[in-house]
Formats: sequence, C-alpha cells, structure tokens
Amino acid sequence: MELNPLIIFIAAIFTSNILLTNFLGMCSFLSVSKEIESSLGLGMAVTFVMTVTAALNYVVYHYILVPLDIIYLQYIIFIIVIAAFVQLTEMVIERFSPVLYYSLGIFLPLITVNCAILGVSLFMIIRKYTFLQSIAFGAGGGIGWLIAILALAGIRQKVKEKYVPSGLVGAGISLIITGIMALAFIGFSGVVVIQ
Amino acid sequence: MTKKEIFKVSAFTENSVWKQILGICSALAVTNLLINSLVMGLGVIFTLALSGFTISLIRDLIPRRIRMMVQTLIIASYVIIVDLFLKAYFPEISKSLGPYVGLIITNCIIMGRAEAFAGKNSPLDSLVDGIGAGVGYTLVLLLIAFIRELFGFGSLFGIKVLGDWWQNWSIMVMAPSAFFMLAILIWIINSKSKKVG
Repeated sequence: MELNPLIIFIAAIFTSNILLTNFLGMCSFLSVSKEIESSLGLGMAVTFVMTVTAALNYVVYHYILVPLDIIYLQYIIFIIVIAAFVQLTEMVIERFSPVLYYSLGIFLPLITVNCAILGVSLFMIIRKYTFLQSIAFGAGGGIGWLIAILALAGIRQKVKEKYVPSGLVGAGISLIITGIMALAFIGFSGVVVIQ
Repeated sequence: MTKKEIFKVSAFTENSVWKQILGICSALAVTNLLINSLVMGLGVIFTLALSGFTISLIRDLIPRRIRMMVQTLIIASYVIIVDLFLKAYFPEISKSLGPYVGLIITNCIIMGRAEAFAGKNSPLDSLVDGIGAGVGYTLVLLLIAFIRELFGFGSLFGIKVLGDWWQNWSIMVMAPSAFFMLAILIWIINSKSKKVG
C-alpha cells in the first residue's frame, strides 16, 4: 500500500473522518461541544497530541515491540506512551507558557481517555502505514476531529435558542446534528478513498 | 443495597449509554451487525466486571494521585485477554471488529464505573455492578444492531429473514444511521421516563 502521505492526510480529514465515520472520540465530543472556544482549545490539543503520539507509537511499535516479539502488549504500551506524553506536555506548557496552559491545560487530562488518540495508533498498525504516512494520518485525523467539533459547537449555539422536543434536549439533538454532518461528509467520498 | 438492586440500578435505571451518554464510540461503531455487537458486549461485560473487582480489591493500596494510571493499566490487561481470546478462537470476528476491541480500554463506561463505584465499594458489589453496567450496554448495542442489520442487510445474525423482495437500505450500513438510531433511542427512553416520573 504505497499511498502518498498527502492523500492520507486529506482523506483522514474528509472522507474517513475519524469522528464521523469511525465514531472515535465521541464522549468528549458531546460533552465539550457546548462552547466554540473550549471546542477550539480541545481540538487543537487533540490534533497536537494525536500527531506526536502517532509518530511515537510508530517508533515504539516497530523498533521495540516487534524486535522483542511482544506485540500483544501493544495496548498497554500505547496507552502508557500517550499518558506519559500528555503528562509531559502539560508540565512543559505550564512551565513555559502559562497563558496557553490556562486555555489548553484543563483539556489535557481529558485527552488520555479520548479514544480517538488510541484509535489512530491502532488503525496505523492495522493498515500498515509507513512512518510518514502515520504522521500524516495522525495530523489529518486531529484536524478532521477539530473541524467536526467546531461545526457541532457552532450549530449547537444556534440550536440553543430554538425549540427542541424535551426528550431530545442535550445528547439527543447533538447526535442528530452529528448524523446529518456525517451524511454531508459522505459527499466528499468521491475525492479520495483510503481503507 | 442488595446485589440484585445494584444490578438493576447499573443495568437499567442508571444505564451508562442512554442516561450518562458514555461509551458510545463503540456502541455506534460495531452495531452494523448483530454478531459483532454481541461479541463486543460480552467483551465489555468481562472487562467491566473483572476490572471493577480488581480495582475494588486494591483500592486502598492505590495512591490517589496515580490512580487513573493504575486503573487504566488494570483495564488494559483484561482487554488484552479479550483480544487474544478472540484472535485465537474467533479470528473472523476479531478481524471485523478491528481496533474496536483495543478501544475498550478507553471506553468511558469502564473508567466511569471504576471511578464512581469500584473505588468506594466492596469487590463483590463492584463485580455485580460491572456485570450490570455491561449488560445494560450490551442490550443497547443489540437493540441498535437489530434495527440496523434488519434494514441494512435484511438479515439477523447473518441469516436472511426478509425475502428476496427486500431492498437493502444502504444508509443503515453507513455511519449516519448509527447516530440517528442512538438519538431516536435516547429520545424514546427520555420521553417514556418523563411520563413515568
């Protein structure tokens, strides 16, 4: 599978959006999308962590797990790498940029349990991506997630003032909006296809 | 609370999927086929029950600051068991579930139950609570998968039930229908429970 990393990058944003087609990262997607500002913050943090952990996990998998023949430990190792990286980022940001820490810091702990991050690492192994492809996939996945959560946050702010059936308030209406967004994104599927 | 009450509360009244909107990543992803949903549900029940039991057993030994990390590692160990078991005995299903078995680790239900219940209660109660929450989750999965597989493929558990006249609704196989189905389910349950309450 010799796909241009650029194609993977575009595809990960539009045609196989990690949230709208693979349903990854739904929990924080629904709970944080109430406001545009925090959605932007979380989205940027996710993009950053996703890109770097995809690269880190690629290196760990191919240069540590495979030679030592302990592939079955991949879940534990991946989650440790992700948690450690998130912790490290938090400390670095806190030390060097208090302003950024106040806007992004509170989202970082949420990211460790965001399934999209672990999902990207697992997909990358299953689809046998190369190093560059993995980074492109991580960055594209993160940006795709960012676009989806920003769109939902924008729509939810509009919907807040409108009448919604009482049983649908909150999660219900968000899921329906997300479903319509997923339908709209199917429109991109002619552009590029990866699987 | 007796064990029976714990089970009922965590499986139905406080159902993680429709009451707390937790763990829906996998609830949406695997529900295009009933068999996938069933296997996924069983995997989650196993992980929930045993990780609840283990976490509760050592809850006094875990330092508070690193408890999330310890919990995640315990959960990950059980998920590895599920994954290896599926790979060994049901390679076909394991393949079609893909990364979603591994993603049980980050399923918020498990972390949620560990934080909310297993950290404060006795091991046996946590075991029952885990099974209850898992059963509640599996029921939701099976319900959505039933509708999606029936309309999307005209079959149930891979067996054709609707005849040749049936035209498959391809939307039911695709991603958007999963969002719509879950939304409708939440809608129905919310309106019902409001009338009763």
